[in-house]
This record gives sequence, structure tokens and C-alpha cells, in this order.
Amino acid sequence: MGEDKTALTDHIISLLVLNHPGVLSKITSLITRRGFNIDSITAGPTKDKDKFRLTIIVKGDDRGVEQIQKQLYKIVDTVKVMTIHPSRKVEREIGLIKVNAPMGQRNEILQLVNVFKGQILDSGPKGIVVEITGNSEKVDSFLSHFTPQQIAEVARTGIVAMDRWEKNGA
Amino acid sequence: MKGARILIESLKREKVDTLFCYNGGSVITIFDELMTHGGSIKQIQPRHEQGGTHAADGYARSTGKPGVVLVTSGPGATNTITGIATAYMDSVPMVIFTGQVSTGMIGTDAFQEADTVGITMPITKANFLVKNVEDLAPTIKKAFHLATTGRPGPVVVDIPKDVQADETEFEYPETADLPGYKPKNVGHPKQIKTLKKMLNECAKPLVLSGGGVISSGSTHLVNRFCDNYGVPVVNTLMGHGVAPENDDLYYGPIGMHGSLYGNYALQECDLLIVLGSRFSDRIMGDPLKFAEQARVVHVDIDAAEIGKNIEVSLPLVGPVKMVLEELIREKSFGDFSGWVEELKEYKDGHPMEYPAEKTLQPQYLIQLARKYFPDDTIVATDVGQNQMWVAQYFRFHHERQFLTSGGLGTMGFGLPAAIGAAVGNPDTQVLAVSGDGGFQMNMQEMATVKRYGLKVKMLILDNSYLGMVRQWQQLLFEKRYSGTQMNDNPDFCMVAQAMGIKSRKLIKLEDAEEAMKALAESEDSMLLHAVITGEENVLPMVPAGKPLDNVIRKM
Repeated sequence: MGEDKTALTDHIISLLVLNHPGVLSKITSLITRRGFNIDSITAGPTKDKDKFRLTIIVKGDDRGVEQIQKQLYKIVDTVKVMTIHPSRKVEREIGLIKVNAPMGQRNEILQLVNVFKGQILDSGPKGIVVEITGNSEKVDSFLSHFTPQQIAEVARTGIVAMDRWEKNGA
Repeated sequence: MKGARILIESLKREKVDTLFCYNGGSVITIFDELMTHGGSIKQIQPRHEQGGTHAADGYARSTGKPGVVLVTSGPGATNTITGIATAYMDSVPMVIFTGQVSTGMIGTDAFQEADTVGITMPITKANFLVKNVEDLAPTIKKAFHLATTGRPGPVVVDIPKDVQADETEFEYPETADLPGYKPKNVGHPKQIKTLKKMLNECAKPLVLSGGGVISSGSTHLVNRFCDNYGVPVVNTLMGHGVAPENDDLYYGPIGMHGSLYGNYALQECDLLIVLGSRFSDRIMGDPLKFAEQARVVHVDIDAAEIGKNIEVSLPLVGPVKMVLEELIREKSFGDFSGWVEELKEYKDGHPMEYPAEKTLQPQYLIQLARKYFPDDTIVATDVGQNQMWVAQYFRFHHERQFLTSGGLGTMGFGLPAAIGAAVGNPDTQVLAVSGDGGFQMNMQEMATVKRYGLKVKMLILDNSYLGMVRQWQQLLFEKRYSGTQMNDNPDFCMVAQAMGIKSRKLIKLEDAEEAMKALAESEDSMLLHAVITGEENVLPMVPAGKPLDNVIRKM
């Protein structure tokens, strides 16, 4: 870890925050203010109803991301900041893809959905809506099979992630 | 109890003795309650909310107590922004109460509505919109706790008009309910041990004392540390006031306009102990060439400052005070007398001086002020050349004596900050040093000086330029003085007279001593308008981004 501290890579920051009004805008504006772009952000409740879990993907070098983490800690509503190391992560993203696929031209697409273990959520005369769940690469990979004209709409949740359990003897 | 009254009772619980406040439509209920229940809370009403906020800042910097502000919604709140940002950059404890339109009107673009919480988000340590009167007292408790603990800073509490009028039972909480906020109160013992080891191994240690030393009230400990072990010390602009008994250990301010010997010490030391400083670009010059030969130890209460601008050999998160208390338990470290001898010799060969001419030079006036004003005088400055001349030529011996906008660099800070200092320190002389540009940014506050009979002394160093920018134009833009000429200044003495303030104009060098003496000895507030040499420069100067030994000594 950190052989090249200036290389730009994706970092997953997992953040536990108090569920107070404006907390999301405080967090996103802080990250922007310190010169970083958010690639994806997800937010949702935790087992404790006062707290929210945010999963944020930012691109940056190790030192910059360490600085963001420290700054995030200074937001009063922040309870905990963690980074999830790529080698220890479990992550999932859901992609909903509305594909242009008139009747009679669907077979190939349905096969593809099958290969990706996707689900058909809706279908109409002009096309279908597919759900692909997995890591981001899987959703990317599914999308790469289509031309821009074939895709009517894409909605992605962004990543939710957490650390794996410690392995025995690891 | 009404929300407005709860605010006032909460202030009393926080032992607030002074409120810098300006009335308006959204705080009218609070002012009404102040009239009947304000008790011993002194109200200082400025002529502009920016002035009031700087005054609260000057009060906080000079007393160590939080500065408290109350203004109305919309423009009242937006007028405080420069003041809040100034305090935020220099980590000054303040609590700013702003009125807000009624909760039902929020978001409708109502009259005098502004999103105060949104606007102040990046310039406050924390901010709150209080939507229910039940939350008011707990929020005020949080605000004062946050403003004054850990790394201090300004906190905004936005209170809608209906919340001020709503009633609830008043109960002031004992503690602030902030589960995620845990400022460190001890330094890591292992890191402190390593620091001691480094002190035993080094030959040329140097302490760099920053603003965090002042705000944590640790100046005496820095002095003691330096005196006990013979370690020399330099300070940042915000760290003025450190002064070991042994004067041979003091090497002045460092950075862009630091002393030659201070910057020399930085570049030559082999161990640099940085206490409560955030490595501003004005201090470091070129970060890659800063203290190149030294292992750098960074002690700071704010973990985010460590490693932000510079990589350090030893990070030490914790209060400067505790770390120093831990260090001074040691019997001895190495013998550093050879190093001090080297610095002393360099200092004797490179004193802080300027080529004296037969004109009215600002450096000379600051030296005169030092001569005629008492040792404990509080000096507030504006920003630019006047600020640097004070930093270079007014030697400070106590903490909280030099009030200046270091981080934000706010023109117009001097006079209102001096007002706050005078309110908080009624028995101490207070001197506001300004340039002709900065003075005009808040000169309406002379009316506040008059209203409260404050003994604020004002010195305007008038070169009819925005001097520091002009200096850069001379250096970098072949003297094309675009937008820096102020040759149509008003008659400052007449402005003072209109405000009911005694004044005097100083033009000739031979009158300088007597005029400065009169300013220092005046029983009332007084303004001394000094017409100084037009194109005097602040030297030495390290150009922005250059290493500290790349010094311009003559222009």
C-alpha cells in the first residue's frame, strides 16, 4: 500500500454520520472545497436510526485522501470515518438499464442478461428494463456490449461497500 | 420562557459579559428582552455588522474569551461574513447569533431572508439552524463548547423569529451532546518519548511558535522550555508574544517578511519543533526547500493540519500545552550553546534595520510607538505594509498583545479589533495601526469609539497607496501602479473631528517624537494621521513560493 503516494486511484470512504439536517451538503461541499471530485456517493440508514452510512468514492492520491478523511472528521456530525482498502472490500452496485429492443430483436440481449445474471424488470413493445447487480466493473462491462443508440436510459445507485470479516490466521 | 429570553439566560450561564450586537427586524424580540433582562451583559453596538464582528474577534483574541455577536437576518448576517471568515482562518473562538425569518417563511425568499447556515458553512467550525425552541438552549451549549475547545473557531447559531417568540421551559444543559466531537486532550506518550530522543540527538534545535501557542495560553511554557534547555525560538506572524528571559534565544518572526536571522535559523537548524502552526505559504515560501536540513516535528491539536502542507518526521496530535508540560520535566537535553552562538553572530551581522532617511519613515514611527507606549500595549493592525512594519519593529513581550488578520488578510480589521480589545481590557492601552486604505474600510467605527468613550489610539500610516500591492507592482510589474493610488484620500483629521475624536496630523520628521508621545499619553481616544514616505518598502522580503534564503534586501 502506498508505494506511489501521488498516483491517482479510486478510494472508498465509508462515513458514519449523525442524521442531522444539512449533513450531506456539509460533507459534499467540504470535499469539493478541498479540491476533490466525488465519483459516487450513496447514503442510507443504519441499524441505529440516528445515524446514516455514506459511501463515497473519490479519486485522489493517498496523501490527498488522507487529508480529506481528517477534514471529514472535523465535521461535528461525523461519528466515524473509514477507508475501505480495495483488497478487503465487498462492494455492490445496482444498475437499471433501459434498452431499446424491439420485439423480434431481443434474443441476443436476453442471453447477455442471463450471462450477467441480470433480471428483466419490465418489458414493452420498444424495449426492456434490465437490472444488473454486482461491482461497478460488472455494470460497466454489461453496458459495454451496447451501442449508445441501444441504450435509452441508465440509472446507477453508486457503490455500497464494507470491509470483509477478518479471516482466521490472516 | 420565551426563546429570546432563553438566549439571554444562556449567555449569562456562559458568563458572557459583552455582546457585540446590531438590531434589526428579525432580532427585535431579543433586543426587547435584553432591555429588561440583559442584566450585566454589556452591549456594544457598532456602526456596521462587519465592524461589530471584528470587534468581537479583537475582544476574543485579546482576552481569550469567546467573542459573541448578535445580528439580524439577511444583510445583518451577510455583513458578518468577512468577520467570521477572518476569525475562522485564525482559529478565534466566537459565537455569532443571527436572526432568521420565521420557520414558515424559510425558503420563500422572504424579506431579509438569506441562507445563513448555507453561506457560513465553509467559514465556521460548526453552524446550526434552530427550528424548535426546545432545541435552543442545548444548541447554545454546543456552540460555546465547540467555539472554545479543541482548535477554537467561530460557530453560527441561526434563530428564526418565531423560535424567539415561542415558549418552553428553560433548562441549560450541563454538557454538550456531541457524540462525534472528541478533541484530543493529551499527546501520544510514545511520540513525546520520540521527541525527547530527537532532542537528545540533535545539535541545532529550533522552536517555531505559532498561533496555537497563543490560543492555548502556552507562551510561558515555550519561554520556559527555551530558557531551561537553551533552545532558540522563532515565531510566525500569529505567534508574536513569545519572549524567553534570555534574549539571545529569540530570533524574531519568520517567513515572507521575517527577519534575516529568523529565516537563517530555520534553514540551518537540524531539528524543528513546530508548535501550533499550520505551515501557511507565507511562512514556508517553497515547501520543498523549507527547513531542508531539519527533521520536522509538528505538534498541533488539529490532526488535519499535520501533513497537510508539508511532510513531517514526527507528527504529534495534541494540545501544545500538554506536550510542553511533558517536555519540561526532563533535566536536560544536549548542549546547544555553539548553535546559539552561531545564531547570535549571524544576528549581530544581519540586524533588522532599514536605511534611515531624513523623511518620515513608517519603521521609525513604529519604533517610536514602541518607545512611548507601555510594554503591555495591545496593538491591532490592518493588513499590508503597516501590519508587517508592526510585526518587524514592535517587539512584543506578551501573548494576546498583537491582533492581526494573519490568514484571511482582512483590510479594515485594525480599528474594530482595537475597539473589541479596549472593551475587554479597559485598563490597557490599545493602539490601532492602519494604512490609509484599510482605515477607510471601517472608519465609521470611530463613532463607536466615541459612543462608548473607549481609549483607542489610532495611527494611520498614510502613503497614499495600497502600499503592499504597490510594492509588488514595483517588484513585478515595472512600477505600473494600477489601482493602487490613493491620492484623493479624505482629510482624516476632519473625519475624526466629525466623529468627535481628537486628532493630529504629522508631516515633519522633527515633530514625530512629540506627536507620538502625545498619542501615547492622551487621556482620550486620539487619531494620529502620519503622512509617510510614499514608496517605502517592507524588507527583507522572500518572494512568494521561493525558499526562505532567497531574500530581497534592497529594492
